[in-house]
Amino acid sequence: MKLLKNVTAPTQKLIRTVAAVVLVYILMEILIAAGCISSLIQGLLVPVCTYSIAAVALNLCVGYLGELSLGHAGFMCLGAFASAYFSKLTADTIPDVPRFILALIIGTAVAALFGFLIAIPVLRLKGDYLAIVTLAFGEIIKNVMNVIYVGKDSVGLHFSMKDQLSLGMSVDGKMIINGAQGITGTPRQSTFTVGVVLLILALIITSNFVNSRTGRAVKAIRDNRIAAETVGLPVSKYKLIAFTLSAAIAGVAGVLYSHSLNSLTATTNNFGYNMSIMILVYVVLGGIGNFSGGIIATTVLLLLPELLRGMADYRMLIYSIVLIALMIFNWSPDVQKWKAVNGLTLDGIKARFSKNKEVQ
Amino acid sequence: MSLLEVTNLGISFGGLRAVDEFSLKIEEGELYGLIGPNGAGKTTVFNMLTGIYKPTDGTIKLNGADITGRKTADINKAGVARTFQNIRLFGDQSVLDNVKIGLHNHFEYSTIEGVFRLPRFFSTEKAMNEKAMSILSVFGLDVEADTLASNLPYGKQRQLEIARALATEPKLLLLDEPAAGMNPNETRELMETIALIRKEFKVTILLIEHDMKLVSGICEKLTVLNFGRVLCQGNTSEVLNNPEVIKAYLGE
Amino acid sequence: MGFLTYLINGLSLGSIYAIIALGYTMVYGIAKMLNFAHGDVIMIGSYAVFMTMANSGLPAVVSIIIAIVICTALGVIIEKIAYKPLRKATNLAVLITAIGVSYFLQNMALLIFGSNPIVFKSVINWKGITVAGLTISGITIITIVTCIIIMLVLTWFVKNTKPGQAMRAVSEDKDAASLMGINVNATISLTFAIGSGLAAIAGALYCSAYPTLTPYTGSMPGIKAFTAAVFGGIGSIPGALIGGLLLGVIEILGKAYISSQLSDAIVFIVLIIVLLVKPAGILGKTIHEKV
Repeated sequence: MKLLKNVTAPTQKLIRTVAAVVLVYILMEILIAAGCISSLIQGLLVPVCTYSIAAVALNLCVGYLGELSLGHAGFMCLGAFASAYFSKLTADTIPDVPRFILALIIGTAVAALFGFLIAIPVLRLKGDYLAIVTLAFGEIIKNVMNVIYVGKDSVGLHFSMKDQLSLGMSVDGKMIINGAQGITGTPRQSTFTVGVVLLILALIITSNFVNSRTGRAVKAIRDNRIAAETVGLPVSKYKLIAFTLSAAIAGVAGVLYSHSLNSLTATTNNFGYNMSIMILVYVVLGGIGNFSGGIIATTVLLLLPELLRGMADYRMLIYSIVLIALMIFNWSPDVQKWKAVNGLTLDGIKARFSKNKEVQ
Repeated sequence: MSLLEVTNLGISFGGLRAVDEFSLKIEEGELYGLIGPNGAGKTTVFNMLTGIYKPTDGTIKLNGADITGRKTADINKAGVARTFQNIRLFGDQSVLDNVKIGLHNHFEYSTIEGVFRLPRFFSTEKAMNEKAMSILSVFGLDVEADTLASNLPYGKQRQLEIARALATEPKLLLLDEPAAGMNPNETRELMETIALIRKEFKVTILLIEHDMKLVSGICEKLTVLNFGRVLCQGNTSEVLNNPEVIKAYLGE
Repeated sequence: MGFLTYLINGLSLGSIYAIIALGYTMVYGIAKMLNFAHGDVIMIGSYAVFMTMANSGLPAVVSIIIAIVICTALGVIIEKIAYKPLRKATNLAVLITAIGVSYFLQNMALLIFGSNPIVFKSVINWKGITVAGLTISGITIITIVTCIIIMLVLTWFVKNTKPGQAMRAVSEDKDAASLMGINVNATISLTFAIGSGLAAIAGALYCSAYPTLTPYTGSMPGIKAFTAAVFGGIGSIPGALIGGLLLGVIEILGKAYISSQLSDAIVFIVLIIVLLVKPAGILGKTIHEKV
C-alpha cells in the first residue's frame, strides 16, 4: 500500500482493479488446470472478457460523455467483421501473432472510423433522440453486414451487395464474406489470456483518458455544457473524441468476439439492439461511470443463467425478476431512504465496521 | 480604445424585443455595474456578450476586435469569462478539477500523452495543480480542493464559480448577481473578494446586481436597464440620484 | 403487384405502427420514460386473442375485448409494480427496469405457450373489395379504419374530457398539476391503461396480417413503432399517426423496390435524415435550455 501513496486517487483505483482482474485470471487458470471448472463455464471466459470490454466502452459513452448509446453492438459488429475479414484473407500469408495484432488494429480502426463518422451528425441531437439514432445506426450496420458478399479468386477480390453469383468469380474462387452466412473459418485466437490482456488494456486506456486533460473537458461538458463553453472548451471536438474512443473500444470487443468463433454472422442476438441494450444493462447495474462495477456486473449476469441451469425453464424468468428487483433496490428513492435509516448503505456499513473495531 | 465597446445591441425572441439599442463602454480596470428591475434584460445582455445568444443587431467589440455573434468558447478565448445567476459548476468533479478545467486552454498536452501517461502529462498536470491551488487560495478554497463541487455550501459555490472564470485568464469578467442568496455578512465578504481579485488578477469587472449596497459600495460606474432599454448611464452617485432611476426602482 | 397495392399495404402496416406508437408516445409524454415492454404487451394481447378465439371458439369481437381487458390490467400492474417505485430515479434506471419487464413477459409467454410459432387465425374473415381491378383485403381496410377511429377518439378524449385534460397537464408539469388537485398517480395509471389496451388491438391486427405468433413477436414491431413515435415527434398524438404511416409506407416500398433484406436499414436511414433536419421529429417541439 505504501507504493500507492505517491499516485493520484483514480490511478490507485485503476491499479486495484487491474490487480483484481489479474488475480481472478490466475485463480481461474489454476482451477482450470486442476480440472475444477466445467467446460460450460470455461466456454464463458472469453465472452465475459468480450462483454466486459464492451461494457467499459459503453460506460465511457454513458457515464463520462453523458450520452445514451443504444448502438454499441453495431461498433462491435464492425470490429468483428473487419478483423475477421483481414484474418481470413491473410490466414495463409502472415504468422499467427502479428496477424492477430494487425487484425486487432484494423478492427479497432474501422470501428473508430465509423464511430467518428456517425458521431458527427448524432452528437448534434440530445437525450432520447440521440439514443434512438444510435440504435438506428446499429441496426443499419447489422442489416448491411447481411448483404455483403466478398470473394477471392486468382484474379483478385470481388464485391457484391446482391448475392454470391453476381460476384462472377472463377471456379477456384473462395468466399470470404458470404452475406447472411457471414465469415466462416476465422482463425480462433481469442483465448482467455488474450481476452484478459485486452480487457486490462481497455481499462488502462479509458481510465487514463477520463483522468486526463481531455477527459476532464469531456466530464465538464457532461456536467454543464453551457458552463463548459464559457470557459472556452470546444464542446463538439471533445464529444467527438470521447465517442470515437468509445466506439474504438467496442471494436476491440468485436475483434475478440469474432476470433473466438468458427463462424461469424450478424444476427439480432449478437449485434442487434438487444445486445446494445444488454451491454447497457451491465453498465447501469455496475454503476454508471464505474468501470470495475461494470466488469463485475457483466461477469455475474453472464454466469447467472449458467448457474441457474438447474432450474432449466425458469432461469430466464428468474433472471428478469432479479434484474427488475436489482433496479428497484438500487435506485428507488423509497428503498434508498429505508437503507439509509437502517444503515445499509456502503458508507453506513463501513461506519459500522469501523465502530466495531474501535470497541475492540 | 475601450476594453469593451457595445453599440446599439438588440435581440428579439419571436416578436418580443428583449433588449433594444443597448450601448456600453467599459475602460480597462473599471468595475462597472449593470442594474435594473427584474426582467429588464440584464442577463440577456450577458448572454449576448458571451455568445450564448446571437444578437439580432448591434456590435460588440473587445479591445477593438469585433466579437459579435462568435461562438461562446471563442469569446472566452478572446478574454471574456462569466458566472451565472443560477450557479453552473461541474458538480460531479472536485473543486480543484473545476478550476483545472478553467485552465484548460492555457496548458497543453495531447490526448495520446494523457492516455499513455507520457512525461508531459506528469509535468503539465503538476503545473496545473500548482496554478489551480494558487487561484483557490485567493478564495480560501484551497482547503476544499478535494471536495466535490456540488457538496460545497452555497456561498462557496459562488466563489468557486468566480475562481473557475478567473482561471481562464479573462480581461473582462462578467458576474451575474454574485450576491444572490447571500446574507449581509457573506455579501460583505464578497465585496472584499471582488476588490481583491480586481487587484490580484488585474481584471476588468462588469456585474449585475440587485443589492444596492453592494453596487454603491464598489462600482465606479453604472448602467440602468429598464424594459430592455438603457434608462441612465454614468458615475454611480449620479445614477443613483437620478429621479428616473428612483422611479423605476421604487415604482409609482 | 402495382405501386398502389404496395402503398395501401404500407398504409395498413403503418396504421398498426401508429396504434402501437400511440402507447409509446402517451407514456413518454406523461412518465418521460421509454416503455420497452410495450412491444411485449402486444404479444400478450395476441396470445389472448388466439387463446379465446381459435382455442375456445369465442367470436372475434368478444376475444378482442377480453384481450383489451387483459392488456389494460397488465399495463396498470406493470406500472404499479415496476415503474412507480422508480418515478423519481434516473431515466436510465427506469429504462433498464422496462427491459427487465420485457424479458419477464417474453419468458413468461415462453413458459406458458412454448417457443413453437403459432399460426394465428385472422380476426377478420371478410375477403375485401375490388375496385378497378385492385383488390384490397378486408384486414387492410379494417386496420386503416380502426386506426383512424382510434386517432379521432383519442384526440377528442385528450382535448375535451376531464381525464384527458389531466393527462395533458401532468405531461406539462407533474408538480404543478398535483398542486392544482390533479391525481397524478391515477392519471399515469390511466395513460398506461389506454396505451396497453391499444396494444391489444394492435396485436390482433398485426397477427392477422402477419400470422406467425411467438413470444418474441412483439419486439420488432415494438421497436419500429417506437421509431415511428420519435419520427413524428415523441409526445404528440398526430405525430404518432404521421410517423407510423410514413414508416409503414417506407418499409413496404423499400421492400418492394429496393431490397427486401435492407428494408429495415432503409427505414432507419430515413429516420436519421428526418431527425437531422428536424431534431425533435416532424411535429415535436424543441425545448431550449434557459440560461
